[in-house]
Amino acid sequence: MTTRTRVHALGAEGWFTLDGEPALIGSRCTSCGTFLFPKRSGWCANPRCRGAEFVDAPLSRRGKIWSYTDAQYQPPPPFVVPGESFEPFAIAAVELADEGLVILGQVVPGVGVDQLKVGDEVEVTVGTLFSDDEHDYQIWRWQPVTSEGASS
Amino acid sequence: MTGKNDVAVLGVGMHPWGKWGRNFVEYGIAAAEAALDDAGIAWTDVQFVSGADTMRNGYPGYVSGATFAQALGWTGCRVASSYAACASGATAMEAARTRILAGLCDVALVVGADTTPKGFLAPNAGDRPDDPDWLRFRLGGITNPTYFALYARRRVDLHGATDTDFAKVKVKNARHGLANPYARYRKETSVEEVLASPMVADPLRLLEICATSDGGAAVVLCSLEYARRHTTNPVRVAAISTVTPAYPNTIIEMPNLATDSSAVAAIPERPFKASIAHAAYEEAGIGPDELSLAEVYDLSCALELDWYEDLGLCKAGEAEKLLNDGDTTLGGRIPVNTSGGLACFGEAVPAQAIAQVCEVTWQLRGQASGRQVEGAKAGITANQGLFGHGSSVLLVR
Repeated sequence: MTTRTRVHALGAEGWFTLDGEPALIGSRCTSCGTFLFPKRSGWCANPRCRGAEFVDAPLSRRGKIWSYTDAQYQPPPPFVVPGESFEPFAIAAVELADEGLVILGQVVPGVGVDQLKVGDEVEVTVGTLFSDDEHDYQIWRWQPVTSEGASS
Repeated sequence: MTGKNDVAVLGVGMHPWGKWGRNFVEYGIAAAEAALDDAGIAWTDVQFVSGADTMRNGYPGYVSGATFAQALGWTGCRVASSYAACASGATAMEAARTRILAGLCDVALVVGADTTPKGFLAPNAGDRPDDPDWLRFRLGGITNPTYFALYARRRVDLHGATDTDFAKVKVKNARHGLANPYARYRKETSVEEVLASPMVADPLRLLEICATSDGGAAVVLCSLEYARRHTTNPVRVAAISTVTPAYPNTIIEMPNLATDSSAVAAIPERPFKASIAHAAYEEAGIGPDELSLAEVYDLSCALELDWYEDLGLCKAGEAEKLLNDGDTTLGGRIPVNTSGGLACFGEAVPAQAIAQVCEVTWQLRGQASGRQVEGAKAGITANQGLFGHGSSVLLVR
């Protein structure tokens, strides 16, 4: 059995928790209080704020689907096909009410567009985007919240 | 009535769209020569060349103004090169217009041309984890059609749009483009044929998403005084809108993975796409009720419906009715995409905003053979480039 290390996918370092309860991590401006995702450094996106200091802000784990679709054709590089052959996957844009953000992400494998609706509640999970010999590259994904509650 | 910031469209020209596989410069020069002939001026008369850049053809594509000027033969004229993704042509026209209005030149040539690879538009090669356009492909497999489909799904779930509605846009545009000699696809289609094409990004099918094409387009812009020496009653540019979004932009936009936050700032009165046309209407002093036609960026069939609302041709949620009533078909109240649109052209990024202006110019001159909007007096173009580039040109005669 090979042992691979779970690491953030290239470019997403620090964007979500790797251990414990899954959560996206954005930035919060210490001057105006706005949220930013992906994480930000340097200057605030709010044109009426000159803030340049940010703190990490774990984002709401649950949100509502703003819209959704799927990828039925294999995307071009730098997308990496996980496994032997391309399997279509769903994608959702999810509205986090407290942060006033809409965040895109894949939907967990096995959930298709026929199981999604605008306004449905979903929650964030962390899983493997693709692997090489030494690493499982991790990414956030959206998972529908069933009436019985979270199933992660 | 002539506006104080009007400039004239003295000439327009295009190279046919297709998958020719030749150097983009060839298409640009063919379009430029056609526009110069149409204007009745010589290349050596041009005082400023404004190029719309292509990112897929190496260094010559990044300095397109100089590339086209050198290909036509150096004359010492000034050049500039603009990149604003799909809006590059509008930005290049704006550079020419402002130079003319500033009195720094009388006549300018604007050119855009592209040679595109087959399939999905993809980012340049190499690992670039600080580039949002690289990240969306790597982290999500999120392509351009992903965004088109998110907007389309909103229409379905919020406004009750149907697969048939989307297919009807394609059928309409395919019919419009039949008579356009510059269109790549000139073939009628049916709702059944569109719905039988493979699903790409649910709810959008292959025939509802525009292809990528080779092509070139050019316009000669000049001062009204210069125009009077060469023609009578020229088509005039009454507005060019190149606005960017206002914070917080709460609509997810290509190539971003997230929107701005609305936690501490009020959401703008108009979403970005509506603000593009609004700025053009304000600048021209002309409203949507006065338009004879519109050329809009139908990257997907569903996106054309969004534009109806963003241009103020109908109220939010009423685009499907406008389409189904035949209002946007040739012969209707406000024909949209008489050229055939991207449905018939496919996208040649830097040429596309200029091609829209070519079509409206031919319409306003009564030269749109086989697809003419009778008595056309005013037309608007609308388009948007990724990374927040608005593009709208309002033309009158």
